[in-house]
Amino acid sequence: MLELREVSKRVGDAVHIRDVSIRLEPGTLNVLLGPTLAGKTTLMRLMAGLDRPTSGTVWADGVDVTGLAVQKRDVAMVYQQFINYPALTVYENIASPMRIARRPKAEIDETVARVAALLKLEPFLDRLPLQLSGGQQQRTALARALAKNARLVLLDEPLANLDYKLREELRAELPKIFSQSGAIFVYATAEPEEALLLGGHTATLHEGSLTQFGPTVDVYRRPNTLLTARTFSDPPLNWARVRKVGGVFHTHLPDEPPEGEADVPVPPAYAGLADGAYVIGLRPHHLALSPTGADDVAVDGYVQAIEITGSETYVHLDCLNTDCIMLTHGVHELPLGSTVTVHFSLSRLMVFDAEDVAVAPQAEDVAVAPDAGKGAD
Amino acid sequence: MAEITLDHIRHAYGPAKSRDDYALKELNHVWSDGGAYALLGPSGCGKTTLLNIISGLLTPSEGRILFGGKDVTGLPPEARNIAQVFQFPVVYDTMSVAENLAFPLKNRGVPAAEIKARVARVLDMLRLTAIADKKAAGLTADNKQKISLGRGMVRDDVAAILFDEPLTVIDPHLKWELRAGLKRLHREFGHTMVYVTHDQTEALTFADKVVVMYAGEVVQVGTPEELFLTPTHTFVGYFIGSPGMNVLPVTLEGTTARVGGEEVALPAAFAAPAGARVELGVRPEFVTLGAEGLAFTTTRVDDVGREKIVHGTIAGRDVAAILPEGAEVPAEPRARFRLDRINLYADDWRLAPATKEPAA
Amino acid sequence: MTKTQNNRAWFLVLPVLVLVAMNAIIPLMTVVNYSLQETFGDNLFFWSGTDNYVAVLHSPRFHAALLRQFAFTFIILLIEVPLGVAIALAMPRAGVWSSVCLVLMALPLLIPWNVVGAMWNIFALPDIGLLGWGLNALGINFNYTNQPVSAWFTIVLMDVWHWTSLVVLLAFAGLRSIDEAYYRAAKIDGASRWAVFRYIQLPKMRQVLIIAILLRFIDSFMIYTEPFVLTGGGPGNATTLLSIDLVKAALGEFNLGIAAAMSIIYFLMTLFVCWLFYTLMTQGKEDAA
Repeated sequence: MLELREVSKRVGDAVHIRDVSIRLEPGTLNVLLGPTLAGKTTLMRLMAGLDRPTSGTVWADGVDVTGLAVQKRDVAMVYQQFINYPALTVYENIASPMRIARRPKAEIDETVARVAALLKLEPFLDRLPLQLSGGQQQRTALARALAKNARLVLLDEPLANLDYKLREELRAELPKIFSQSGAIFVYATAEPEEALLLGGHTATLHEGSLTQFGPTVDVYRRPNTLLTARTFSDPPLNWARVRKVGGVFHTHLPDEPPEGEADVPVPPAYAGLADGAYVIGLRPHHLALSPTGADDVAVDGYVQAIEITGSETYVHLDCLNTDCIMLTHGVHELPLGSTVTVHFSLSRLMVFDAEDVAVAPQAEDVAVAPDAGKGAD
Repeated sequence: MAEITLDHIRHAYGPAKSRDDYALKELNHVWSDGGAYALLGPSGCGKTTLLNIISGLLTPSEGRILFGGKDVTGLPPEARNIAQVFQFPVVYDTMSVAENLAFPLKNRGVPAAEIKARVARVLDMLRLTAIADKKAAGLTADNKQKISLGRGMVRDDVAAILFDEPLTVIDPHLKWELRAGLKRLHREFGHTMVYVTHDQTEALTFADKVVVMYAGEVVQVGTPEELFLTPTHTFVGYFIGSPGMNVLPVTLEGTTARVGGEEVALPAAFAAPAGARVELGVRPEFVTLGAEGLAFTTTRVDDVGREKIVHGTIAGRDVAAILPEGAEVPAEPRARFRLDRINLYADDWRLAPATKEPAA
Repeated sequence: MTKTQNNRAWFLVLPVLVLVAMNAIIPLMTVVNYSLQETFGDNLFFWSGTDNYVAVLHSPRFHAALLRQFAFTFIILLIEVPLGVAIALAMPRAGVWSSVCLVLMALPLLIPWNVVGAMWNIFALPDIGLLGWGLNALGINFNYTNQPVSAWFTIVLMDVWHWTSLVVLLAFAGLRSIDEAYYRAAKIDGASRWAVFRYIQLPKMRQVLIIAILLRFIDSFMIYTEPFVLTGGGPGNATTLLSIDLVKAALGEFNLGIAAAMSIIYFLMTLFVCWLFYTLMTQGKEDAA
């Protein structure tokens, strides 16, 4: 188990990490999700012991290890760059942490064989890293981290420098590999989709603060703040500041009447809310060009741009008095500047209060109330 | 702005004895004026070689390249009237944003008043007006890339704008903004654009025509829809789409295909050359799981938020199916393929249905 | 930045600390000690306070040496920096010729300083030296042993020959760090050779050039061996630069107190210039961030 208690990291006046508390259990995969400079790498360096927190403590299995050097921490790290010993064969690269630990030869042979099989490196054991493709080099670095059998394995955007397709393949294999080890895995990425594909737990980071931590799908489905919802959405989340008056969310100010239909009825589960300022959010794939079911809502959208991938169409819209993206299946050649009717199911609406904190639906779905206890911003 | 003609282009970095020695195998294409083209493929597929031939950094071993009908094969980059945006942002650190944009015009001796007007217009187009007087060195990567693009857009003599994986260093959220912006600029100004990438989303969303390359060869040129629905090569099926197309070895029997011990109905009759390796291709989007169809053994279900990806096997081969958000995976699923979305391949190349379509 | 503490690390730094103490701190303190006292030998010392400093600062001889020193440093910087950059720009950036050029460039740096002095001593002799004989053959009256202008010409030329390579190597390293994409972009933008230099190469070389100027400044301030071997500071005092003057005062005239005060003043000046450069460099980094 690894635990960070109110850890902060300041360099001069700049705050790199702000009061982060998190507990990671053995045998779990934990994704750190956030854009560039959100503090992912800094947090990993603090977990590894490469940096010392300005305040707060780091605990490993109930022992305070805050000041302990990285060499004594039992950690392995994989970086975005493919880092291997260029003069050693793939076999020796994988074996290197065990050679340093002076493990018996039989054990080294056995471990290298097992890890190489897991990462499909068996045909390349006698080659040098630079004779391999980028994907194979990164597999070698991963294999070395696994062979070390460390309790904490940190992966800092390990797939970022790989081709799209290679990334996809390796990403599909990683959860399997992780599940066969008892270590704590921490995986930093800037891509929401990567977090979802990896599963496990996800911690969202924003400007050095941990905004939410929980099972990946839970964080995705029930973000407790607007910030988390936005961090964990690709394409970007559609969101609008609204005024609740009775049973309607108005997206426009009273003195600026909207062009076309842009008001949204308040979902029954939020009927009890007081009138006032709120934020509504909708994921791009929840917007559609045709009615979505019994609780369908229709608003007007003005087509700004169209991106067609062949399987899907991304429609950039002026809708709900803001810029929206609709992600819809199939090919839709919509004329630019035209008006379309945008449909969505009212049950998909996310509601946040004026402070951007998620509002729990009140009626039947009490069970899906966001877990407000952890790391609220 | 110009039409780009690739006339029997081949390129080898060393002496070429056999076909395999060519990093770029024979290419013969005409890219229309004002078109948006993407060169898509994995590393080492020859897309960068082709880009360098277009930009003039490389002279092809064989063949000619023409811009608007004019042979430019022997011309260096600076004589070709192209603009290029590189993988890592290239800006002149000591200059302000506006000075960066004015630079190519100053070098060409454009009068000061005209420079000012054109720079102002491009600043506005790229939404950089607010930071026009800032030093370029301190800007974020996305703004630096906009400057790189702007230095091409200020010129009125540009035959084509080339992009070499320009979004590599950009955060995911900003990619959406930049892509939509690029699309808007292309629509408004109609430059011929060529975009090199390994990222299918970027290629598909950017281009009118995507050129898929594999092992030095162009395997398909098509609209995103064509690449998705009728990939002409199994590689295109695999490379486009996440996960890629499912490919199953089959034997043909008229309008049915035999997979393992079971039968799949085909949209038409297909005839494969004798001895060819015949495969059926169907995208995960067109696989449904229910009570009827081929026996499907589920191995893993990935809930990726907006959909579920079900991995499993049919007759011992890996097959993926995409289910909508919230859908349940049946306990003993059987898989069906959407009839009109089945493609057949002989030795990796797509077969035309014997009955309907004429041979491609 | 605070790193995780590992006390063993201090053992690794210890040899350097000992070395620095022996090389710099102890001699420096000895010199400070000398500079505040008067001695006539026999290990007899008399406290003299700041008298030595006052004497040095008011001495026309020191002023003259200092002026000569600044003139010399200024001239060689003015020649070596642009020349070094020009040579670095002209060198092939990659391939076999690049390596050949680098080795050729490094050669003068490998020759011991007194040998450099001796070489130029002979090379510039008007009767048998190629340079001296050649110049006289061309009708130029050249004799560095009795003409101040000739002597200056020779020591400047010798220093340029000896040290321009250092600037070349540093500038070349700076140039090599520029990504090829910059040159391609500049070509596409229609930039002239001068514009490429002014807007790409020079900004990217800024840091290394500051280091080059700093190193050449300190080195030229310390220059002793070569002019000593070549001209011995003459003719007259024409090439008596600071360190030659210092040695004359200390060993020639056994004026230890005065010499020590000179060296402290001289040390403080170098320190000030180093600080100036350091500030410049760190500011440059902030600008680039």
